[in-house]
Amino acid sequence: MTLGLLSQYVFNGLMLGMIYAMVAVGFTLFFGVLDVIKFSHGDVLMVGAFTGLATYLGLQALGVDSPLVQLLVMTVVAALAMGLLGALIAKYLVLPLRLAPPLNTLLITLMLGSVLREAVRLFYPQGSNPKPFPRLLPADFVSFGAFTLRADSMILLLAGLAAIVAVHLLITRTKLGLAIRAVAQDAETARIMGINFEFIVLLTFAIGSGMAALGGLMNGLYYNEINFGMGLLLGVIGFSAAVIGGLGNIYGAILGGFLFSALQSIGAVALPALFPGTSTAYKDVFAFAVVIIFMAWRPTGLIAEKKSERV
Amino acid sequence: MKRLIDPASAFPALISMAGVTLFTLLFLHAESQEAVLGLTLGAAIALLLLARFGWNARAAASFAGHSGAGNASVIIGVLVVVAVFYDQHFPLLMLASVLLYIVVCLGLNLQFGYAGVVNFAGAAFFGIGCYTAAVLTEHSALPHLLVVVAGGVMAAGIGSLLILPVLRTYGHYAALITIAFGILFRVFLEVNDALGGPQGMKLPGMEIFGWKLNDGLTFGDIEVSFYANYVLVALAMAAVAFMLVRRLERSWIGLNLDAVRLDETACAAFGIDVARWKITAFTLGNFLAGLAGAVYAMMTGFVAPNSFTFGDSLILVSIVILGGIGNPWGLTVATAIVLILPEKLQFIQEYRLLLYAGLVILILLFRPGGLMPRQVRNYFPGWKP
Repeated sequence: MTLGLLSQYVFNGLMLGMIYAMVAVGFTLFFGVLDVIKFSHGDVLMVGAFTGLATYLGLQALGVDSPLVQLLVMTVVAALAMGLLGALIAKYLVLPLRLAPPLNTLLITLMLGSVLREAVRLFYPQGSNPKPFPRLLPADFVSFGAFTLRADSMILLLAGLAAIVAVHLLITRTKLGLAIRAVAQDAETARIMGINFEFIVLLTFAIGSGMAALGGLMNGLYYNEINFGMGLLLGVIGFSAAVIGGLGNIYGAILGGFLFSALQSIGAVALPALFPGTSTAYKDVFAFAVVIIFMAWRPTGLIAEKKSERV
Repeated sequence: MKRLIDPASAFPALISMAGVTLFTLLFLHAESQEAVLGLTLGAAIALLLLARFGWNARAAASFAGHSGAGNASVIIGVLVVVAVFYDQHFPLLMLASVLLYIVVCLGLNLQFGYAGVVNFAGAAFFGIGCYTAAVLTEHSALPHLLVVVAGGVMAAGIGSLLILPVLRTYGHYAALITIAFGILFRVFLEVNDALGGPQGMKLPGMEIFGWKLNDGLTFGDIEVSFYANYVLVALAMAAVAFMLVRRLERSWIGLNLDAVRLDETACAAFGIDVARWKITAFTLGNFLAGLAGAVYAMMTGFVAPNSFTFGDSLILVSIVILGGIGNPWGLTVATAIVLILPEKLQFIQEYRLLLYAGLVILILLFRPGGLMPRQVRNYFPGWKP
């Protein structure tokens, strides 16, 4: 394998890892504040991508054709709409089940994911077919031998990085972030200190879901295609990434995202090299198998959640 | 002592079963969409009215007091349906599918209804049974009864690979493992050429001691659909699985499983081996799913990866929740509703996943016990403290 090809794999892996990390950060945020898994996260991402596409079509119809304006409006609309959706999910599905067994929250959001998926499939015009996603980023590229550096990928990578850093700064440097961390650490005490518990929870869900919308747009811009089923796999991958890294820890989520994409790349490259005849399509089988084995070794992830049970 | 033994007469149970059988006959017979819709709504209203007048509680007490007569009446009900539709393929195929899915859901019920081990890969374990049957019937001359057993053993065996991670983790982490496994399994089937890839595999019909199930019986000039044979096999399996699960629940094993689900720490403190009971429930549940899968594959004569998606696993989980977690009777009713309703009401076929998912959300929000919530164990029929 040449160096050029290797760097191509690494770069593509970084790109995927960034998308996974964005999904995983959402999972970890929700788990942090409320100790719940919101499994509809992947499908919220998908709805975000479709919202972006619909906004784009609307803008086209209105005669706005500057790619930059289109992209900005799409991003804002998708992120706000999904933020609202996330807050609604938290208010009407997640918070009412706070006293029920934790499994019920997982189930209800799993089912909500199915509802979103099916709703897009059935009610979006021709929603069961893959939809072409517009190419709005400059298509310039530089080639170094076998390695092609595309400008659009570079922009996406930087945008993803910026979003994650922004969320990280929000959580560690602002008063709001302090409130979020307080709720995550001890909801009761946070309430006593005058923090509006419900508001903080809804806000956290909105932030996480907005991140998912960004992830959906990035995914659409990268592959130039979206479909109603893409959220399921991305959701499971994001969940796996968050768990590998350690739920509730934002660094863990980022680490997990890149690890998962590394596993996929290794699966795609190493499996056919080691066992001639196997197809690269086994990469997901390989990645998930490693995740399962990993869970047996480190049940709570690399950066373990601090857990002590009061009996 | 008398009131400990005979709380209610057996008649409410028998009359209820006769009513249910009659309704099933009418429902399966109905052709037009209006008739099916009318029957569905009529049944819902009738059930609400009956509940209003306390009939449902009486029937339930009667079933509890006369489980022998109650179980027998259910089996007779199924046989009556078979006798009425003896020459029609479709209703019998539906009936056999429902019975086999009941076996799978009983397995899931053991896992997360009793022991609290979540399994979001129910369809995958069912699929392992299907594919085991497909491979064994193609590449070996193993008697088909052994093939069915092999399907169960294979599902339990592959499931046991997941035991270590499942035991080491708890809650959400454990859920992830089965979800990951379900997706892994499906992708594996799609890319594996030896197992037919996305096109799947064909199977021959089942044969038990020279009895070819795919040849319909003929009495004189009456031809019985060959699916009737499968209904009988499936009925036998469902009855045995049902009895097994009921007996397990009533026994000290069931008590241990419940304890493990409710509080692992307290359980361990009382000397109950948590790992042992989780393994037992998980393995037994997967075994049941594999058994049912093997028979199902031979009945439909065809297996493909598309039947074992994550969505299918979710439908299985919905059945258990809709029926009432931990209640075998509840899941029996729920399986019948979930499988038959979309087949008869064509216009909801397209929307069925949406509908079930929505329904489960409502159930979890407003009636977490399910349609037929599980009752507290009743060791002495009719005994009230």
